[in-house]
Amino acid sequence: MISKWQRLGDSMLLSVLSVILALIIGAIIILVTGKNPVDAYYALWEGSFDGFESFGRTLEKATPLVMTGLAVAFAFKAGLFNIGGQGQLLMGGLIAAAVGYGVTVLPIGVHLPLALLAGGLAGAAFAGIVGVLKVTTGAHEVITTIMLNFVAGNLTDWLASNPWQDKSVIFATTPEIEPTAAIPMVGELPVGFFVAVVISVLAWVYLYRTSSGFAVRTVGLNQSAAASAGISVGRVIIMTMIISGLFAGLGGAIETQGVIGRFQPAFNTGLGFDGITIALLARTHPIGIIPAAILIGAMDAGSSRMQFHAGVDPEIVEIISAVILVLVAAPVIIQILLRHRGKDQSLLQLGGKWGTG
Amino acid sequence: MSNQSHNYQLQPQLRSSTLSRGEKTFVVILLVVIAGILISYFGYDSTETTAVMASTLRQSTPLLLGALCGLIGERSGIINIGIEGQMLMAAFASFYIAAGTGSLLGGYGALALGAFCGVGAGMILGWFLGWMSIALKTDQIIAGTVINILAFGVTSFFFFPNKTLTGGKIKQLDFGPLEDVPFFGKVLYSNPPITYIALIALVVIHIALFRTRWGLRTRVTGEHPSALDTVGINVLRKRYINMTLAGGIAGLAGAYLSLEAVGTFERNMTNGRGFLALAVMIFGRWTPIGAWGGALLFAFATAMQTQLDLSDSVNIAPQFTGMVPYLVTIIVLAGFVGRARPPAAIGVPYEPGK
Repeated sequence: MISKWQRLGDSMLLSVLSVILALIIGAIIILVTGKNPVDAYYALWEGSFDGFESFGRTLEKATPLVMTGLAVAFAFKAGLFNIGGQGQLLMGGLIAAAVGYGVTVLPIGVHLPLALLAGGLAGAAFAGIVGVLKVTTGAHEVITTIMLNFVAGNLTDWLASNPWQDKSVIFATTPEIEPTAAIPMVGELPVGFFVAVVISVLAWVYLYRTSSGFAVRTVGLNQSAAASAGISVGRVIIMTMIISGLFAGLGGAIETQGVIGRFQPAFNTGLGFDGITIALLARTHPIGIIPAAILIGAMDAGSSRMQFHAGVDPEIVEIISAVILVLVAAPVIIQILLRHRGKDQSLLQLGGKWGTG
Repeated sequence: MSNQSHNYQLQPQLRSSTLSRGEKTFVVILLVVIAGILISYFGYDSTETTAVMASTLRQSTPLLLGALCGLIGERSGIINIGIEGQMLMAAFASFYIAAGTGSLLGGYGALALGAFCGVGAGMILGWFLGWMSIALKTDQIIAGTVINILAFGVTSFFFFPNKTLTGGKIKQLDFGPLEDVPFFGKVLYSNPPITYIALIALVVIHIALFRTRWGLRTRVTGEHPSALDTVGINVLRKRYINMTLAGGIAGLAGAYLSLEAVGTFERNMTNGRGFLALAVMIFGRWTPIGAWGGALLFAFATAMQTQLDLSDSVNIAPQFTGMVPYLVTIIVLAGFVGRARPPAAIGVPYEPGK
C-alpha cells in the first residue's frame, strides 16, 4: 500500500515535471522561430510575478480559471466531462451584468451577492440541461456541452447586442454595472480571487467531508456499485452538472463584477477550455486547482509583455498549456523519461461511453 | 442472482448494416425528401430550391468525412473526440503547404500537394490518438480533447495572415453539357473534386465494412476484441492501422475546408464541425450510409440558415439562425442515442491476454 501522502507527492511531482518539460518544449519552439527563449521567459516572469501590479494581474487572470477548472474537476469526480464551462461562464457573466446594471436601488451588501448568485444560477441552469439530457436520454455530455457552448455564444452575443446593449456604443456590450455590484480591489489585489479560493475550499469540504460528496465520488468510481449501494445515480449526475455549472457561472459573474465591469462577449474567450488543462494539471483536486490556475493565469498575464519585449506571439502560451495537458493526461510519458517504474499510475478515467442512460 | 445473469449478454451480436432492417423507413424518407424538393421547386422558387440543394451537398462533405473517420475509429473500439482537432490541423497544413509551394509548383500542383499533406497531418494525429489510447492507456475522451486543444494551440501560434493561394481555391470539375441540365446540373455536376471523393469514400467504406474481411475484423475489434486475439490477429495493431487511416479521412475534410470551401485558413475555422460529425455518426447508427443521411440533414439545416440570413422576407437575427445546427445536434442526440447502441468495446483500453 502506498500512503495517501506519498500518492499526493507523486501527483504533485508529476504535475511539476509536466510543467517544466512543457516550458522546455516551448523554449525549443521559440528558438526554432528565431527568438530568444531566455528573454521571452524573463519577460513572461516580469509580466506575471514581478511586483504587486503584475501579481495582481496574474490573480485577476487566474480567478475565472479557478472557477472553470473547478467546474471541470468537480464534474470529473462523478465521471462526467464538462467541456461546457465556456458556455456556462458566458451565461453567468451576462446574467450577473444584467442584474448588475439593471437593479439600481440596492445597497452593496445585497446587490453584489445577488448579482453573483444570479450569474452562478444561470450557469447552473445551463449545465443542468446537460445533466437532465444525459440521464433521461443518454445524450453524451461531451457533445451536448460543446453544442451548448455555441448556443450560449450566440445567445449572449444577441442579448448584448440587442435588448441589453449599451446604446451609447456601436459594438456588443451591456452597460456598465452599478458600483454597488462591483467586487472591489484591495490595493492591486483583486478580491474576486479570494472569493474563488473560498469556493474551492468549500468544494473540497463538500466532496471529502459530506455524505452527498461521497455519493458523487462513488458514482464517479463505479456507477453500478453506487446504484447497488442505494445511491440514485441519475440524481447525482444531474446535481453534479448543476453544481459544476454553478462554479463556471460564478466564474463569469466574478469576471464581470470584479474585472470587466460589464459583459462584453469578446472578453471571455478560451476561459472554459483552459479549465480542462487546469483540472487535469491539478489531478482534479479542488485545492490543487488554485496553483494550477495561477500558473496558467500567470502565462496569460505575462504573454503581452513577452510579445512586446521578446517578440514572441502570445499564442505560444496555448502550445505550452496544450503540451502540459498531453503530459498530465498521459503520465506514462514522464514515467518513461524518468525511468520511474509506475508504482501507481493513477490514470484519470472517465465513467462512461456513449449513451450510458 | 439469476435475474442479473440474464442481463449479461453472452453472445455479442455483430451487427451488419441496419439498412436491411430499416429499408422501409429508408424508402419512406427518400420519397418524402423527393416530394419536398419537387413541391419546393415547382411550387415555390426553382432557383432558391436549386441553390439550397447544391449548398446542402457541398456542406455535407466535411460532416460526412468527419463521421466516416469517427465511425471507423469506433468500429475498431476507439472513441474519437479529436476529429475537430484533426480537421483543423489538416486545414492548416493543407493551406500553408499549398500557399507556400504555389509559385514553385503552379496552382494545381500546389493544391494537390496541399490536400495530400492535409491527409498526412490527419493521419499523424490519428496515429497519435491511437498511441495515447493504446500504448499510454489515456482515457480516450481526454486523449481526443488533448488533440483538439493541441491543434488549436499549434494552428493559432503558427498562424500567418495575408497568405493566399496562387491559383485560387480548388475549382469545380468540368462535366461539359451535364452542367446545363436544370436542377441536376447545379446540384450534382458543379462541384469540386473532394465532394466527389467523399461520396466515393462513402461507398467504398460501406462495402468494405460490411462485405470484406477487413470490415468483419474491424467490427470484431470494436465489439469483441478478445475473439480476434484467440484466432491470432493482433488487436492493437489493427487499432493503430485503422486510427491512422481514419485520421487521413478527417484530414481530407480539413483540406476540403481550407482549399475547396473557403480558399484560406482562419483560426478555429472548423467551428465545431468535428463534433457535429460525431453527432452525425451516432445519428447514422455507426453505418456509413446512415451517416450520409445525417450529414445531408445537418447540411440542409445549415443551408437553410444561410438562405434565411440572405432572405428579406424573413427577419431572424443571425445569432438565432446560427444556433440551428447545434440545437439540431442536441435534439438528434437526445432523440437517437438512447436507442442506438455503440460498438461494445469502445472506451476501454484492450489488454492482450486478459
